[in-house]
Amino acid sequence: MENLVNIGIRSIFIDNMIFAYFLGMCSFLAISKKVKTAIGLGVAVVFVIGITVPINWLIQNRVLVPGSLAWLGDDFKNIDLGFLQFIIFISVIAAITQLTEMAVEKFSPALYGTLGIFLPLIAVNCSVLGAALFMVGRPYNLTEATVFGLGSGIGWMLAIVALAGVREKMKYSNVPAPLRGLGITFILVGLMSLGFLSFLGFSL
Amino acid sequence: MSTATAEVDMVEKKAEPLFSKKNKKLITNPLDIDNPITVQILGVCSALAVTTQMKPAFVMSIGLMVVTASSNVVISMMRNSIPSRIRIIVQLAIVSLWVILVDQILKAYVYDVSKQLSVFVGLIITNCIVMGRLEAFAMGNKPWPSFLDGIGNGLGYGIILMMVAFVRELFGGGSLFGFKVFESMGVHYTGNGLLLLPAGACILVGIIIWVQRTLNGHRETH
Repeated sequence: MENLVNIGIRSIFIDNMIFAYFLGMCSFLAISKKVKTAIGLGVAVVFVIGITVPINWLIQNRVLVPGSLAWLGDDFKNIDLGFLQFIIFISVIAAITQLTEMAVEKFSPALYGTLGIFLPLIAVNCSVLGAALFMVGRPYNLTEATVFGLGSGIGWMLAIVALAGVREKMKYSNVPAPLRGLGITFILVGLMSLGFLSFLGFSL
Repeated sequence: MSTATAEVDMVEKKAEPLFSKKNKKLITNPLDIDNPITVQILGVCSALAVTTQMKPAFVMSIGLMVVTASSNVVISMMRNSIPSRIRIIVQLAIVSLWVILVDQILKAYVYDVSKQLSVFVGLIITNCIVMGRLEAFAMGNKPWPSFLDGIGNGLGYGIILMMVAFVRELFGGGSLFGFKVFESMGVHYTGNGLLLLPAGACILVGIIIWVQRTLNGHRETH
């Protein structure tokens, strides 16, 4: 249990998808102008990462790793499908994103309208595929992988909501004209990332 | 994701020379006024993450250029037969095929760099430049201009990457391409750790954007 809490905290604060790995920056920079839409997108990302990481864990450990096809019979013991990893992971992610899109469209048309094109683009949000690939590189079991996925998603959501909050206030400050918009946002993200460094070494 | 400026409407004429003015623009525009990173805000993730040293940044730029150009060509050839509802999945499948190729080649020939880049080679699949250019350009243009567009955007991405990596490696680690610059001049240099942190990269890109926009006069309202 303690281990799970630890993984959760690590993935939310210390190995934050945005501030430590810069994954999912594109939509992070583009959708962080208003807190409300940021929260909507954040929730959708948490949902997609939280589902795809465990599914990809199962695929990785039951299908892709050399020798993992043994459950199909002795003939399949020596098959190594590792080279298919990218294409299978991305297909799973694209499929789950499509499902999420349909669910959001049905249950919350208002949110669907505000998120617009960025909902299907969760499929190409680097943090989703990134979380799946990081999961492969670490010795997690299924529960740990799920916690890691959810934690990464929550960390991403935390980052985008925080940035949106700061950017809403930025309207009232006098930024040098060439720095306005993208430039100052990058510098802001840099400063926030410095702030998140203070969590380094924090564990239970 | 994409704040891509309106695309050049490519109405092809017959017997257009391979490097007509319009086609040259496809390569030169992304280098400055239509740069994928600083203007279109595409492909930022990897630009920040792989730039602590010049060598991985260089390999990454080449890899991205190859993937963008070749998937642009393939999608452009298929553009009339892809149903628009499932186009994202089709695009992802084609891009990931190219990325698998690049990944296998890197593993075979430059294994150490491939280890250093770790997940970021795989993440070329979700690199917004590739998807963004497929959506914005290759879906509406012929293969040759699409190829040039891919090369141009790959170069534009590469330029920013090399600039960031140059500053980060030189002042963060005191070397260039692994060559100890300061030590060879007989100067002792203590690396600036801030530049090697993620935060340093972000602030550096912010400053590059600032300088670029001061020079070319591009402005953005809040």
